[in-house]
Amino acid sequence: MVAHAEIRVVHRGGSKINFREPVITNDSRFLLCASGESVKVYSSSSEECVHDLQGHTDLVSGIVRNPSNHLQVYSCSADGTVRLWDFTDGILIKTFIIGYPIYSIYVSENHGGVVFVVVPMANDKSSELFQLVAVHLPRSEDQEVEARELSAVLCDVRPSGAASFGREGEYIAAAKGLQLEVFFFKKQKSYRFFLKPGNKKWAKNAFTCVSCHPKEDCIATGHEDGKIRLWRNFNQKKEYTYSTLHWHHGAVNTLQFTPEGTNLLSGGIESVLVQWRYTQETQMDFLPRLGGAITHIAVSPDGSLFCTSHSDNKITIIQSCVKVSAVIQGLVKGEGVRTNLMIDPRSKALVLNGKPGHLQFYSLHRDKLLYNLDIVQQEYIHEEGLDQFEVVRAAFDTRGDWLATVEERTQKGSELEINLKMWAYDEKTQSFVLNTTVTAPHDDQITAMCFSPSPETTMLVTISFDGHFKAWLLADNSDTTEGASWSCDFVGGYHLLKPGCCCFSADGSLLAVGFQEVVTVWSPSWELLTTLSQPPGAIRDLCFGRLSCSKYLLGTSTKNQLCCWNLLTCSLEWSTPVDVSLLQADPLSENMAAFCSQSGCSDLFVFKPSEPLPLYSQRALCTGKVQHAVFAPRDQMLESCEEHAQWLNRSQLYFLTQHMDLMTFSTKSEEDRLLASSKRLMVDDSVAVTPFYLLLGKHRQQQEALTNPMAERIQLPQGSIAIKELLYTPAHVLPSASFLCSMFVRSLLISSSPAREEKEPVEEEMESEEEDSEGEAELRDARQDLGGSAAWGPGEELGAPALTKAQERELRRVKHFDHSWLSSLLEC
Amino acid sequence: MGEFKVHRVRFFDYMPAAIRAMAFNAHTERLALGRMDGSVEIFNFADHYFQEKVIPGKDSRSIEALCWVGGRLFSAGLNGEVTEYDLESLRPKYSLEAYGGPIWTITSNSQGAHLAIGCEDGTVKLFEVLEESIQFERNLDRQKGRILSISWHPSGAQIAAGMMDMIRVFDVPTGRAVQRLLVDRGFGGSKSRETVVWSVVFLSDFTIISGDSAGKVQVWDGHTGTLVKTHLVTKWDVLALSVSKDESSVVAGTSEGTVIQFQFIAPTLQQQDKEWVRTRTFKNHTHDVRALAEIETAIVSGGMDTQLVVRPLLEKFDERSHASALRKIHFPHRNLVFCAKKAGLLLFQFPGQLELWRLGESDGHGKPGDSLPLKRKPEKLLHLKRKGEDHICCSALSSCGGWLAYSTMSSVRLYRLQTDNNDISITKVPKLPKVLRSAHQLCFSSDSSKLFAASSQSSVLVIALSQSECKYVHTLKPKSGSRQPIHLMTNSVDGKWLSTANSDCEIHVYNVQKLKLHCIVPVYGSCPSAMGIHPTTNNLTMVHADQQIFEYSIVEKQYTDWSRKLQKQGLHNLWLDRDTPVTHVTFNPKNPEQILLHDMHMFCIIDQSLPLPDQKTQFYNQMTLRSLSEQGRPSHLHAFKICKTFQDLLSVSLLDDQSLVMVERPLLAITSQLPAPVRQKKFAT
Repeated sequence: MVAHAEIRVVHRGGSKINFREPVITNDSRFLLCASGESVKVYSSSSEECVHDLQGHTDLVSGIVRNPSNHLQVYSCSADGTVRLWDFTDGILIKTFIIGYPIYSIYVSENHGGVVFVVVPMANDKSSELFQLVAVHLPRSEDQEVEARELSAVLCDVRPSGAASFGREGEYIAAAKGLQLEVFFFKKQKSYRFFLKPGNKKWAKNAFTCVSCHPKEDCIATGHEDGKIRLWRNFNQKKEYTYSTLHWHHGAVNTLQFTPEGTNLLSGGIESVLVQWRYTQETQMDFLPRLGGAITHIAVSPDGSLFCTSHSDNKITIIQSCVKVSAVIQGLVKGEGVRTNLMIDPRSKALVLNGKPGHLQFYSLHRDKLLYNLDIVQQEYIHEEGLDQFEVVRAAFDTRGDWLATVEERTQKGSELEINLKMWAYDEKTQSFVLNTTVTAPHDDQITAMCFSPSPETTMLVTISFDGHFKAWLLADNSDTTEGASWSCDFVGGYHLLKPGCCCFSADGSLLAVGFQEVVTVWSPSWELLTTLSQPPGAIRDLCFGRLSCSKYLLGTSTKNQLCCWNLLTCSLEWSTPVDVSLLQADPLSENMAAFCSQSGCSDLFVFKPSEPLPLYSQRALCTGKVQHAVFAPRDQMLESCEEHAQWLNRSQLYFLTQHMDLMTFSTKSEEDRLLASSKRLMVDDSVAVTPFYLLLGKHRQQQEALTNPMAERIQLPQGSIAIKELLYTPAHVLPSASFLCSMFVRSLLISSSPAREEKEPVEEEMESEEEDSEGEAELRDARQDLGGSAAWGPGEELGAPALTKAQERELRRVKHFDHSWLSSLLEC
Repeated sequence: MGEFKVHRVRFFDYMPAAIRAMAFNAHTERLALGRMDGSVEIFNFADHYFQEKVIPGKDSRSIEALCWVGGRLFSAGLNGEVTEYDLESLRPKYSLEAYGGPIWTITSNSQGAHLAIGCEDGTVKLFEVLEESIQFERNLDRQKGRILSISWHPSGAQIAAGMMDMIRVFDVPTGRAVQRLLVDRGFGGSKSRETVVWSVVFLSDFTIISGDSAGKVQVWDGHTGTLVKTHLVTKWDVLALSVSKDESSVVAGTSEGTVIQFQFIAPTLQQQDKEWVRTRTFKNHTHDVRALAEIETAIVSGGMDTQLVVRPLLEKFDERSHASALRKIHFPHRNLVFCAKKAGLLLFQFPGQLELWRLGESDGHGKPGDSLPLKRKPEKLLHLKRKGEDHICCSALSSCGGWLAYSTMSSVRLYRLQTDNNDISITKVPKLPKVLRSAHQLCFSSDSSKLFAASSQSSVLVIALSQSECKYVHTLKPKSGSRQPIHLMTNSVDGKWLSTANSDCEIHVYNVQKLKLHCIVPVYGSCPSAMGIHPTTNNLTMVHADQQIFEYSIVEKQYTDWSRKLQKQGLHNLWLDRDTPVTHVTFNPKNPEQILLHDMHMFCIIDQSLPLPDQKTQFYNQMTLRSLSEQGRPSHLHAFKICKTFQDLLSVSLLDDQSLVMVERPLLAITSQLPAPVRQKKFAT
């Protein structure tokens, strides 16, 4: 990290969106969730990602609405900052530097200017103890403020999810283990309630989550054994009381009261959203079959939208507890990835195991799940201990026309079932269609397979533990109606050794198969050209060099050897003793990436096969072994002049850590570019297209076009600048609407002197929290005005100053005219 | 090890009757419990929930409701009669026909001046409580449909009555119905069925709370007659309601066997306006909870599954102790099994019959813990049905097995048994002395020459038995003049001493040979639950309901040294924390140091020669002892040897051939005889 400060390992794309509770905005139009190092703003109706709020330099660990301004959110991160964002425009307003890694954030309306964050116990960072502290956010004009005024509220809390503010922020309830603690702010007194551990198997009493009723003094707690307890009278040590609700059979993961407190929502492993009627707890409503286990529930402030986060990295948006209206799916993270990471050559999507029995296509560029391809095509039964078909291998050919998959099922006491499936890309349906199924292609597990990259033949090589490798050829039997199908062309082996890996050279002229300690090189006509070996240690990975280095073959062995053979001389060029767990070649350059595991950590070396010196190395990438990585080609080549970052110019290296986090490398310049692009203000796309707008906007356009064909063409540059400044300045820094209006009108007038008003300083008033509600309403009005005019587009209205006075009067008259007849006509 | 041969008896098909009604007298801390068979039991809650008195049932009597007025107990039942009980002679004092058809409920007003009963014909009848009896006063306005539940307003001016589909509020002075609260019917198929308001509670702030057959607990405003809140608590019936004394909590018992607590809580803290919120659910029953009482520190519930459950409210206790533990009372706190020690016969007492069994025999030998093969199977010799309507209240079997006696409320019967090998003949002794009308306890002297019958006012009749006739000898009367009934009686093996214990906790020792009172054991605050006279030393061993053990030397008229030592050192906490009283004390004639005790869950041999355990010693040490070597054992031994191998014990006695008779009645066997519960909890329902 220190050596190459410019290149950072970052979460970008495919990160967890279910890490922390999502937030629904006041108007229910947006959904915000923490996703890696950024906060994503999704439109709750279209599921599209509207903004990506970037700025944090570590995992974002919590988002809350700013209680004093409904257009802002606070986010906190493990990088020790709390940031205030305007999510409609996607701008960072302020950064508060706390200085400790933050694990979650809580706010209350009644504690203005204070946020409550969970930080590690100050005295001992290594111990897993956390405390809840109140942070007074200093009022300052600066962008970056140090907030060092911390006061501890509760000691020993869970890092996330187990604290909640009570009615009117009078108290905060936090649960950990078997203890519920309620802290009253006025009295500065806390009450602790303990439960018995419950030595019986079914009575695991530990608290899992807490939620306070917003209007009454009632605390709902969820428990390990699936019970929900409703605590009342908790301002007394002894006379407290609770009632118990029990529906969940597994632990209650999350609880949430609706804003009016009429309902209590709970969710757990059952993936059923349970809605309990408050005070009529025997009546429940269920929303079943939501997918993975529910991990978080969020409710919009008006109570109309719920959203649930699921363990399979999904957010479901539910309308009034009856209908799933939208699903935001992140990168599905199952129990493990059995296939390698691949890049679909057509869509440039990342392909890996998704839902059980599926392959997922995930667009890294748009950070969006494209689709799931059902490989197994069998109903998946959720039951423990049931062996089902799993997709274990997949491979694309170079053009992306063919996809080969291997699925297998191991059952205790019975034979291994393997299916090899070939999928052809169908242009019409834009997806893969099953072409050939080969049942039992090998007698034992298929360890690797690859397509031949040569353009003449479409060939697949599979290698298996049964000691053979098979070449499958697409037989073009065009005489029959069936079309092309696959058949076995060649079965090869080498001294009955078990093959472990295979690789085609870039032009498809050579196939290298690693048989334990021996590398065999085959020609396309299935002649054994040569054998290479470098004992001891079986070959783990093989890779041909690309482009200028195509004469090299690289291999890694289990005995910590990285060898490079020169294929022209059939001799070892160089070797070095490193424990390479994964070797990956960049398809667009000569570069190779080798992940080495060393003392529980993974290191990365990027090198060219021609020279045994690393171009770039990074120590201690992450803990655990890196098993999967891929080079994803970039859309645009990056112009990076720095030498050690040049390997990232053409493609980006993604890898999966042990904890199934998808990480990548990013350069400083790239980050700056991203940050800059996110700073570019966008207003239009966040405005919903209402039916009213569709109707009226269209009429307007037509009208304008009719009455004033000139307007479209003629644009006064100064007018458009004024509009742009108006529109592209964030709402919260804009002056009042009345002021704007006059300015706007003035800009429309033909002035004799072109000198324009001095622009208001942009960084004007940041204390939007302090503004009273009236001011806020005004601001909102102004915004709406702007939004409206923006929706019509600057072109039409801006033409107005070019008109003569008579024309203007005419225009005004037409504008005031009743157009209802026209709309009714149009509707017909 | 292997000291005794054990007869493990499981053929006593004892079946307690279901609990139907309950009334708690907060003043005397007595709980009256009415069972389905018409018997009434009085539990003393101040004295470790000891079952003090039992009034035996009667075939024609059914109890629907019980009610205390001061210290007087009234019951009403579907036979249409109101009955007052004489708690001293343990029999109904009088019964009064109410002329309103079956009576569903009876309650007194808080002043104790009037009783209100609800009748099948739709009338609420008021009775005035007089000094010695009750007198019909008047009817309130007659309604259509039966009156199932009644509750007085604490002021006594209004009565709420639960009926079919509605609740009526009556003005007592005028007798007019002033409010009519309509209760909704259930949902779905039960819409056509009438809703039965099983229980109402009238609170002092004119709130009426009702529980009905549609599974609802509803809160009403009694002034306006409007529904305030409905709590749907079950799909079946809410059968019983009970309110705490301070009216801050109401409990409801349901057909599912759950007891649900509602508390009067302010929804927002530090505010005055409160509302009834459902809080805790207790599930201690498998069947209908028919009777409920919320007392100061606990919720007492009983129902179809025959057990009485005392569920303490933990917030009322400062610390955890045996008082704050859940208690379940399954078995009566008195003997239903009598053993003829010489003859090896067992007598089982049922309310309706007596059964005489001969124990099995075995000549096998085996290791400790082995079950021996039977040479002769246990055999039921006799099945003696009682005569008349009254249920059997006590019975006795002489130790030689030659005499059998039982008593009902109205008569005592004495039988002569003759066993010749396998045949048994029974002959009724025709003429009994006139004085022998009924007995609370019966007991034969060890040589079977005398019968002792505990009669009214703690007196004991002595009847001399001979082959031909039986003759009244004498009445032993206590000096104290106590009017309470005798609940325990035992005599010495040498036939010299007889000791009795009554509900006033008095223990009298009579000299039977001289037919006069020998001494009175110093009165201890807790009722004795078992006692026995040592065969050789003639020491009287008493175990009380609070688990204290005393040994009193009858000859020296003072506590023995061992007893003083025990009292000085104190009993082990684990012994004191047991929740069932010791119901039997016997001795081992071969080893005079040993006292044999048992309660429902354990069997204990106290060896007086061993050191007493102090609080630090491991009390239940049998397992540890077994793991120790022979040399290591003596240092760990203490006087209390407790065996928990046998569970649900009804009786333990030691036969003359040194074999133990353990009479077990597994609770599972009782449960299996109950009707199917209305609902069993299944997973994910």
